[in-house]
Amino acid sequence: MDAAAARRGRSLIDVDQLTPAEVHWLLDTARSFEEVSRRAVKKVPALRGRTVVNLFFEPSTRTRISFELAAKRLSADVVNFAAAASSVVKGEALKDTVLTLQAMGVDALVVRHPCSGAPGVIDGWTDAAVINAGDGMHAHPTQALLDCYALIRRIGCLQDKRIAIVGDIMHSRVARSCIKAFTMLGAEVVLVAPPTLMPAGLPPETRFSYVLEDVLEDCDVFYLLRLQTERQEEGLIPSLREYAAAYQMDARRLGRARPHALVMHPGPINRGVEISAEVADGPRAVMLDQVTSGLAVRMAVLFMALGGKEGGDAESG
Amino acid sequence: MPNRDRILLRGAKLICPFSGLRGETLDILISGKRIAEIGEGIECAEVFALDLSGLYLSPGWLDMHVHLREPGREDEETLASGRLAALSGGFTAVCCMPNTDPPVDCAAVAEEIAARASEGTGADVFCVGAITVGRKGGRMVEMDRMRSSAGRVVAFSDDGCCVQDAGVMRRALEYARRFDGLIIDHCEDHALSSGGQVREGPCSFRLGLRGYPSMAEEVMVARDLLLAEHTGSRIHLAHLSSARSVEMLRAARERGVRVTAEVTPHHLFFTDEDVDGLDPRFKVNPPLGSREDREALRRALADGVIDAVATDHAPHSLEEKEVEFERAPFGMIGLESAFSACCTALLESGSLDVFALVERLTAGPARALGLDPRLYGEGIKKGARADLVAFDPEAERVVDADDFLSFSRNCPFDGMRLKGKVELTVKDGKLFFPPGSRLSGSIGEARMGRGRACGSVADIGCGAPGADADDV
Amino acid sequence: MGSAQRIVMDARDVERAVRRMAHEIVERNRGAEGLAVVGIRTRGVPLARRIADFIEELERKKIPLGLLDITLYRDDIFDRPQPEVRETDIPFDVTDKRLVIVDDVLYTGRSVRAAIDALMDFGRPRSILLAVLVDRGHRELPIRPDFVGKNIPTARSEKVKVRLRETDGCEDQVVIMEGGL
Repeated sequence: MDAAAARRGRSLIDVDQLTPAEVHWLLDTARSFEEVSRRAVKKVPALRGRTVVNLFFEPSTRTRISFELAAKRLSADVVNFAAAASSVVKGEALKDTVLTLQAMGVDALVVRHPCSGAPGVIDGWTDAAVINAGDGMHAHPTQALLDCYALIRRIGCLQDKRIAIVGDIMHSRVARSCIKAFTMLGAEVVLVAPPTLMPAGLPPETRFSYVLEDVLEDCDVFYLLRLQTERQEEGLIPSLREYAAAYQMDARRLGRARPHALVMHPGPINRGVEISAEVADGPRAVMLDQVTSGLAVRMAVLFMALGGKEGGDAESG
Repeated sequence: MPNRDRILLRGAKLICPFSGLRGETLDILISGKRIAEIGEGIECAEVFALDLSGLYLSPGWLDMHVHLREPGREDEETLASGRLAALSGGFTAVCCMPNTDPPVDCAAVAEEIAARASEGTGADVFCVGAITVGRKGGRMVEMDRMRSSAGRVVAFSDDGCCVQDAGVMRRALEYARRFDGLIIDHCEDHALSSGGQVREGPCSFRLGLRGYPSMAEEVMVARDLLLAEHTGSRIHLAHLSSARSVEMLRAARERGVRVTAEVTPHHLFFTDEDVDGLDPRFKVNPPLGSREDREALRRALADGVIDAVATDHAPHSLEEKEVEFERAPFGMIGLESAFSACCTALLESGSLDVFALVERLTAGPARALGLDPRLYGEGIKKGARADLVAFDPEAERVVDADDFLSFSRNCPFDGMRLKGKVELTVKDGKLFFPPGSRLSGSIGEARMGRGRACGSVADIGCGAPGADADDV
Repeated sequence: MGSAQRIVMDARDVERAVRRMAHEIVERNRGAEGLAVVGIRTRGVPLARRIADFIEELERKKIPLGLLDITLYRDDIFDRPQPEVRETDIPFDVTDKRLVIVDDVLYTGRSVRAAIDALMDFGRPRSILLAVLVDRGHRELPIRPDFVGKNIPTARSEKVKVRLRETDGCEDQVVIMEGGL
């Protein structure tokens, strides 16, 4: 409560603006919200009269629907603004879009943008709360929070757990936010990628390996990243099949892992590339839990952004 | 009424690398456009006298790397605004880069620029011509025709479009030997820098931006040094940003390669950590480096391995910079913050003293360019052109971009409290007071050429601006 | 705590009041048939549990008990500091139930309004009754309690504080404090 009171009605650009206490507050709130989705009437009037705009400059059906449902279950009015990066192009167009929405009295902007840092820039232009729904290669805080939530629900807590993030770390905003979130909650993160997809400039204390087998036996969670086929054309990997041979989580590799080890993926998955169909459909895959968690966590994030007011006095009647 | 053509500058401590002055307190009498007398306690009737005690006075500075955008982007900067911005920053001469529209790839464009830059008050302008036609990296420009034209072409560079083909670069270096010309290179291997936004490393990782590795510069520095060594030609490395580049430069110098180099105030001042706020004003090419890089650059500047401080003054409109970081163009302006940035970054930290700093702003770049002293570099002596700057390296100022005479405002120093202030620039015997100069009060308001806070050209000094030309 | 406070109910008073309300509820309902008790978080919950236990004692019948967090239904949600949302747990179907909402203090009536709205989202109860330990007056909505532990006339400047052993770790008591903060 106190932790959250310090920053309310505010934006969420990345996980590291939150203190561990605030992250726990969000996850606890999400747990309360999960119950709402089980009711006959899956809706509470908490954000009635508030307007949320989903401002998506990059196509994303899953994240948009998740945010849209989250806002609707809290009774906010939701408008979807899908601007293909090609139609709303650079410069003033972005600023004008934001100022126009602001002039219409929007309370929160949920922003997905192909440029790293764009939600932060937008945050400087508007009084509305800005929630980062993924920007370039920079951050995807709600994904990281929902991953924490799904994991905690499954294994209790992250303290001292070892989580391998496997795949195209270099281009992944999910990886960047997850490293921060997992570490904040006490887990140890180890990065696994081919050298050409391992980002330069990792903090010196970061554990990493180029060989999946090296970490296979001592991790509790394998968090797989989507491998974009473009990486092949860019010459960062020789071929998808060579990548799959070295980094795919398949039944054989999972068989060598700890018996309780879980497999996560932010989706959409590439069956046969980073994950085999057998593992994807198997009991240790947590992907659908992640999706379910997404709704509750995004409700909590929206509620944190829009519920409550600075310095109000609480007395119940 | 004193004679408006005679000015007595009293009590300043003189620094002049050309004539060897190192802080002697002397008076200077200016008559017309030239220095008439230097000495102790000059007494002279019918003269406008200005007390400069407590200030240093040096030859006006030379910025060998600016972009003045004319012709092509006169909304961002013009020759006129850029030349005044230069005076405001203490520079009495600048070399403008060829990436205009059209580019400076033939004598006619250079001559047009030189002609336009001779009108009105402002710093002298020299042109850097392109190496290849259209700065496309292919066919060489007519270097000799450009050099011998009235366009004041003093060197050749494709600047932002670094010549990628080593064969083309080799031929350009070889050809320039005909007149011992200087090739300036913005060292960047495009295949390595491709799409890079910030220095590859912790910064690119933190911000999720494509990294521009220091390798992209170093590979080209290595190539250029080898080519210069083989051809025996002169090469100048622009705005170095990496410690490895400096290391190679140092070794090449020791081997006798004819290489010179420059560094920008922003690479001496900032590091990649300053980009964390994703303010597009910090987006420059080459990108800001690490603390180690900055330290190496400061050291190399101090020991003379880097010859010059040059601003890479790159004006951009607000519209261009007020966008997503990845979509903003590279470049920041620097003319009007350079000296303060240098004093704060270098003098404060003890990297070098004020004499060395003045050298890197005057004789250093003049030597790199190999300029005829009649164009620049006569120094402070009797009969020399009265191009001077009076400054206080200790005085504090809060940089206010709204006071800049440049048309652009893309300056990340805006709002910062820095040490080092230019109080007066003398150009061809005319006094110019930068905005906020403590000396501007010593002249009656009525005589000010310009309004409040825009810098003032005093109506004192030699006649009407540009009215006569007794120069070379 | 500098402000003056006086005890208006002690542990035995609370015990008697709760027991009496349980009796009244059974009496009004003519038994325990179809009855369910819902406590409003925070202090309505232990009170509801005690009432349910007393009714079970009287009628030898298990009474369904629900916990309700009304935060998300409050009409002043944007005027208060970031509220803590806790879980709502209604482990039975409310449709056709005779629900008794239990809270500690009835004041403006806004919490009860929120609770009624919340319960309606779970189904269509046959009826809803309201039991409160203390009615301190100053209603802002047309809401009246069906069962009252004690009517305590107050000034608006006063605060009524209920302390229960389950939530406050002390003897049950109801106190009135002067001058708000």
